[in-house]
Amino acid sequence: MTLVNKVLLKISTAFVSIIGSSILVFSIIYLLPGDPVLSMIDPSVATPEMVANLRKELGLNQPFYIQFSEYFMNVLQGDFGQSVVNSEPVLPKIVEHFPATLALTITSAVLSVVIGVTFGVLSAIYRNKWIDIIARIIGLFGISMPTFWSGILLILIFSVYLNWLPSIGSDGWKTLVLPSLSLGLVGAGFIIRMVRNSMLDVINEQFIVTLRAKGLSERVVMYRHALRNALIPAITIIGLNIGELLAGTVVIETVFSRQGIGRIVADAIMAKDLPVIQGVVFFSAIVYVVINLLVDLSYSFIDPRVRRAH
Amino acid sequence: MEKLLDIQHLKVDFTMKDGDLTAIKDVSLHINIGETVCIVGESGSGKSVTSKAIMRLIDYENGKISAGSIVLDGMDLAQLSQKKLRSICGKKVAMIFQEPMAAFDPVFTIGSQIIETILENKQFTKLQAKERALYLLNRVGISDPALRLNQYPNELSGGMLQRAMIAMALACGPDLLIADEPTTALDVTIQAQILKLLQEIKEEFGMSILLITHDMGVAAQMADRIIVMYAGRIVEYATVSQMFELPHHPYTRGLLQSITTIDSDRSKKLYSINGSIPGLADLPPGCQFHPRCPFATERCSMELPPLREVNDRYTACWYAEDLVESFDWKQPSGETKNDRHSIKEIVLSDSKRGSEPLFTIQQLSKFYPIGKKSPFSRNSSYLRAVENVTFTIEKGETFGLVGESGSGKSTLGRVLLQLEKPTSGKVFFQGQDLSKLDAKELREKRRNMQMIYQDPYGSVNPRWKVGDIIGEPLQVHDSLSAKDKHDRVQDLLEVVGLNKSSFNLYPHEFSGGQRQRIAIARAIALNPQFILADEAVSALDVSVQAQIVNLLQDLQRERDLTYLFIAHGLNIVRHVSDRIGVMYLGQMVEMAPSETLFLHPAHHYTKGLIDSIPIADPARTRERISLKGEIPSPANPPAGCRFHTRCPAATARCREEQPIFREIHTGHWVACHDPL
Amino acid sequence: MKEVVNTKTVLHVPKWKFTKQKTNFSVENLFILGAGMVVIFIILCALFPKWIAPYSPTFMDTSLILSPPNSAHWFGTDYFGRDVLSLVIYGSSDSLIIGIASVLIGGLIGGIIGSVSGYFGGIIDVVVMRLIEILMTIPGILLALAIAAALGPGLMNIVLAVAVSSIPGYARVMRGQLMSIKKRKYVEASRSIGTPEWRIFLWHLLPNSWSPLLVMATIGLGTSILIGSGLSFLGLGIIKEIPDWGALLSQGRGYLTVGWWISTFPGLAITLFVLSVNIIGDKLRDTFDPKTSRTR
Repeated sequence: MTLVNKVLLKISTAFVSIIGSSILVFSIIYLLPGDPVLSMIDPSVATPEMVANLRKELGLNQPFYIQFSEYFMNVLQGDFGQSVVNSEPVLPKIVEHFPATLALTITSAVLSVVIGVTFGVLSAIYRNKWIDIIARIIGLFGISMPTFWSGILLILIFSVYLNWLPSIGSDGWKTLVLPSLSLGLVGAGFIIRMVRNSMLDVINEQFIVTLRAKGLSERVVMYRHALRNALIPAITIIGLNIGELLAGTVVIETVFSRQGIGRIVADAIMAKDLPVIQGVVFFSAIVYVVINLLVDLSYSFIDPRVRRAH
Repeated sequence: MEKLLDIQHLKVDFTMKDGDLTAIKDVSLHINIGETVCIVGESGSGKSVTSKAIMRLIDYENGKISAGSIVLDGMDLAQLSQKKLRSICGKKVAMIFQEPMAAFDPVFTIGSQIIETILENKQFTKLQAKERALYLLNRVGISDPALRLNQYPNELSGGMLQRAMIAMALACGPDLLIADEPTTALDVTIQAQILKLLQEIKEEFGMSILLITHDMGVAAQMADRIIVMYAGRIVEYATVSQMFELPHHPYTRGLLQSITTIDSDRSKKLYSINGSIPGLADLPPGCQFHPRCPFATERCSMELPPLREVNDRYTACWYAEDLVESFDWKQPSGETKNDRHSIKEIVLSDSKRGSEPLFTIQQLSKFYPIGKKSPFSRNSSYLRAVENVTFTIEKGETFGLVGESGSGKSTLGRVLLQLEKPTSGKVFFQGQDLSKLDAKELREKRRNMQMIYQDPYGSVNPRWKVGDIIGEPLQVHDSLSAKDKHDRVQDLLEVVGLNKSSFNLYPHEFSGGQRQRIAIARAIALNPQFILADEAVSALDVSVQAQIVNLLQDLQRERDLTYLFIAHGLNIVRHVSDRIGVMYLGQMVEMAPSETLFLHPAHHYTKGLIDSIPIADPARTRERISLKGEIPSPANPPAGCRFHTRCPAATARCREEQPIFREIHTGHWVACHDPL
Repeated sequence: MKEVVNTKTVLHVPKWKFTKQKTNFSVENLFILGAGMVVIFIILCALFPKWIAPYSPTFMDTSLILSPPNSAHWFGTDYFGRDVLSLVIYGSSDSLIIGIASVLIGGLIGGIIGSVSGYFGGIIDVVVMRLIEILMTIPGILLALAIAAALGPGLMNIVLAVAVSSIPGYARVMRGQLMSIKKRKYVEASRSIGTPEWRIFLWHLLPNSWSPLLVMATIGLGTSILIGSGLSFLGLGIIKEIPDWGALLSQGRGYLTVGWWISTFPGLAITLFVLSVNIIGDKLRDTFDPKTSRTR
């Protein structure tokens, strides 16, 4: 298979995934046993007419496939539906809030990759030394601490007591520090563990023995050869993690009251505004698929075995 | 002669979770300038550990040199710091390994890895280094060196990679080349090429070679002196001619006698050493070989014999002088006159060979689709694993199947047993077309055809007890009560020479040879007519291999079994088989009775294969005309005769016209336009 | 077929040393022991909160609003004067139920899907895996969130949401494992003696496949509890008198400046539990990992 074919295949697969996830998102809201209308309005105050009107407004009295095709056609035209609370269209709202989320995602991704790869590699090379122990502890805590808790701890320490950084808001780089740290720690935890294992596997390979037998220094053996081999499988996981970070913003933006798309979701949950939740989830799915596609493609360029395999 | 390397009383320990484990002890040896020394031994002998200890590669595997010295050029490598050691590694001493595929970093090109070595050790510019890399690749016989320089390891075949590995080892002109089983993972034809190359470069670069091998034939061909190791110690140390003329240690003698050679008497039982190799953790006291030694006395079980000089050589046996004088030293002692009488003849006369085919294979082909993974790539092609093979297996005979890897011999076996469906062609078993059977009938048919695998551990469920493993076929086919099953399994254990108490043990508690006995017990549980032995003895140590071959032959005689014996070890196939089929690139190119095939091979490929076998007799080293090149990919076989690309006698006709598989003498079939 | 007179068997020695166990034994075992004790203690809290909690979770001591941790109230009191320690102890049951039930459901469904896909392979595998991949296009917490939002509040709904979001992980692990076991020689060996397929599946494939699933379920328990409490934190949880850890933490957020302890301790409980589960999971992985226990 040529490279062009591969890229085409990957892009088309990603496209199918997006269509699939649109069906999925749609099904979750409209097919699950819960009545979307009843979950949108408070049953204690709802009159039957209100329910019927809302149902009609949402097109819920039509068969599923019609509902879906309508929804899908709208999505293609950039119409992600509108809020049931204030009838605002969903997509413009998402687009408006996305930059704040993107900034947070990127900074925390950079943070987690830098911390994760550095500690992961050092941890494997200096196995059972103090740096390994520290790295493993960071790794374990990273994957075990809920972000909403680490976020709150950071606020307590750096905002409430030390008063160094703002606890809320989404303007300026200062507001980015704490949420990125809190979110980045999770990613770092996963990446440390992943890179460490990957590195240890590589170090046990036969070719490392060859390299040593050639008289290369440990530095060259580790950082030139072992590292490159270890990072190739790690990249996929790192890609997936960046996607997870995007999802993690929902929670962390609530903690830090940032005006990102996560915040929209949190508000929509409170207001039981299903179309907004649906819109944001679908939007995130698209971004997630695109990120993974990019990672996957970069993977084919980095690994010569994939690049050159006929 | 001047000593290049001098190892004295070397002891290597590995740190384990429950204390240290000694891998080798009291190993003393030296290598002179320009000399090839072979360390021969079976698994657990410590030969690899010895080789890795020289460059202190064991340091990275939790190993340490706890005693002794390794002196090279007046420096004791055992005492040097890793940093100082780096000025030796790669420059004065270089090393090549068993699996060339695993020995290269997969994400760097071959060229960059060789150049890296050169730059590390010499004051060269990048351009000079590249030139040298090109020269070296060319020297080791790699075609298109400029192209190979930019290729990644996965794009080269195993033989090519081993050549590249040698080129890399030569990069800085080392004084000593350590080769750790350099040809074990390669086909016999490629092995011959690599060994020849090693000999050439040794002369050319004025190196010494330390060759680690398990193969006495390789040692006979390559070595000036041979060191035999057993269970972490040197047991014998002599020049190659001394060693093969008159071994002084019972273990060496056993090893040499266990080897099947190209002209050994097929009607004889193979000589075998009893028992199995001890684990490092539970070595016997006294002489470590005494539990397996036919000459052992009480003294042997108490006192460890030192390596001492006997008749101008070294051996570690209390009774070496007496033993070599004794009457039956040169004669295998383990067998009686009766045993030696033609097992084969009995089988042959019983079954009236030739009258009754058990398997009839007609124009059998097996193709695997490849390269069809993407809807965007149009060309789907096939890997032609087996193509148009026709032959029969007679009742009661052993049919041997040989060929290099990629020849399709294993696939053929699996298709015979219907473990894979043939793409086309027919397989008749006991006159029935197997492809016409439905699933249930086929399962019933499997009673009569069983299989033994190469890897005796991988082919049994590791979570099952031995009793259940052997009893599985009984349980599947005969609904036996627990007690009946237990009894039957105990009988079977006894038949294959295992202790009855093995019933409740797990496979990992057994040695390789014992596991293969378990696999055999399981295969004969249902009293089948046919057993496919796919490389069944290839993974075993020489001393154990003979035991298993003998067991298989005993069972054949007692139970009137028919075998299809697939192996790449030509000597062993020759020993066990009545008739042999030779496969090349999915096709059968020659088929003949065992003796005929080896004495008068008609196909040039067969001749090449036979010529590639290293002979375990230094006196008979011949100038070999072994095969050139490597087996092409079965995805894209050459047109015409598939062998023409490597054939010394290929003509224009061979390139265009595929030869027909025809009978040139009674029972001797060959697919060649100009048979030998 | 490669000749397998492998020198690796010679290196019996280095093979053992490659396993990850040779670390500081006492220290590592101490960690595992501690983790086990934390898990057992928290499970006891969930089962018998009455015996362990010093106060009733609904008891409001209005004289002691927002009192910091002290000898009477180790974790302090909240805005209503409730004892935070007692709230955390009582809140453990819902948090654990969400975690354990969703792992059981997700693991079972994912395991079955993965087994089917891995066993049959071919077109079934392609279709099932495409579906799983689609499920994976939505990151775990978002998927759970969407489902929980659609189903409305309720303990079972949260369990379901978390379970569904965890299915792809289990399915992929089980599929991979089954595909690898399927190729083992002993499976073919069993087939070659005429064992019917259902027996091969039950005798050979399943028993050799589920240890990675078990490892993943252990670590998945931690993830599920994190996602479950995250949903509660966002307000998708069960609204009731005794909040679970996530909700408790969320309630404390409003009082960060006046009572750090209200949010801190429930979070600490989550972290400790998940941490312990992960330590145990790591140990299980080291024990079962085919890479370290491979005997070839």
